[in-house]
Amino acid sequence: MHIMEGFLPVKHAIGWSIASAPFVVFGLHSINKRIKEKPEQRMLLGVAAAFTFVLSALKMPSVTGSCSHPTGTGLGAVLFGPAAMAPIGAVVLLFQAILLAHGGITTLGANIFSMAVVGPFAAAAIYRTAKTARLPFGLSIFLAASLGDLLTYVTTSAQLALAFPDPAGGFTASFVKFATVFALTQIPLAISEGFLTVIVLNALARFNPQELQEMNVVTAREVQG
Amino acid sequence: MKRHQNLLMMLAVIVLVAVPLWMVKKPAPGPDGTEVEIFRGADDQAKDVIATLAPGYRPWFKPLMEPPSGEIGSLLFALQAALGAGFIGYYLGVSVTRSRLRREHNKEAQC
Repeated sequence: MHIMEGFLPVKHAIGWSIASAPFVVFGLHSINKRIKEKPEQRMLLGVAAAFTFVLSALKMPSVTGSCSHPTGTGLGAVLFGPAAMAPIGAVVLLFQAILLAHGGITTLGANIFSMAVVGPFAAAAIYRTAKTARLPFGLSIFLAASLGDLLTYVTTSAQLALAFPDPAGGFTASFVKFATVFALTQIPLAISEGFLTVIVLNALARFNPQELQEMNVVTAREVQG
Repeated sequence: MKRHQNLLMMLAVIVLVAVPLWMVKKPAPGPDGTEVEIFRGADDQAKDVIATLAPGYRPWFKPLMEPPSGEIGSLLFALQAALGAGFIGYYLGVSVTRSRLRREHNKEAQC
């Protein structure tokens, strides 16, 4: 989902940066507030960041014959709310843009928007909906993490289609082309991300039940179950 | 049951990664004898799509720093994954020990 350095026209690059900036600022504010209120959650926040670090470094093969990587933002979005993931995703993307020439400074805003804004917000919303519908804990997490991952790549496809509409078919035709590259490749990876997120959350729910109950992620009944 | 479930999910991830490796076959080299590359990055392929949609487009900014070789690139990616995995492992290790000590403590208190 990394749009490469220089591959977004200037106007789009600036537009997406302006769109992402408030999320990053608000996210930093919400993280600071939470750490001040509950300093003991600092380590768990580190786990959410570390999970994004690991998953976004793993380039996995897909059935389409190309490689891509999961995002790892669903875990933190469920634990800390979607806003907290914007600055965390921004750090990961900045690391990759500067040291790895993966993504870029000019495309950072657009990449933050897809991976650290749309993905986490979708994941958190799906998780809340699934809980309201009384789906089991594991299934709710799985749906949140995998669909959040997939929607990140759908967003990237839309961003590129907006910047490079098809000369004949316009936005829609272009979107289909980019989505074939990104979203289709992503399907098995999104499923993998869903499973990995459930595994980590199962472990956290088992060994840190009190923290997770305080964060309203699990209920007492689910911990015992 | 839960542990069983976790194991199954880990297996599923391995299968999901392994299946494409033997399912996708390398196509024969093109007429000019150039090898067809498989399992390229999707980001790279998007660049090709841009080239067909807007042949005149030239990137207007170059990466500030590029890993001098693929080896160095994979070193940095491995480092990124290792840092993350190390931290998660540390935290889970601490949590497991803490919950065991708490259990033992409760048991002693009951005696």
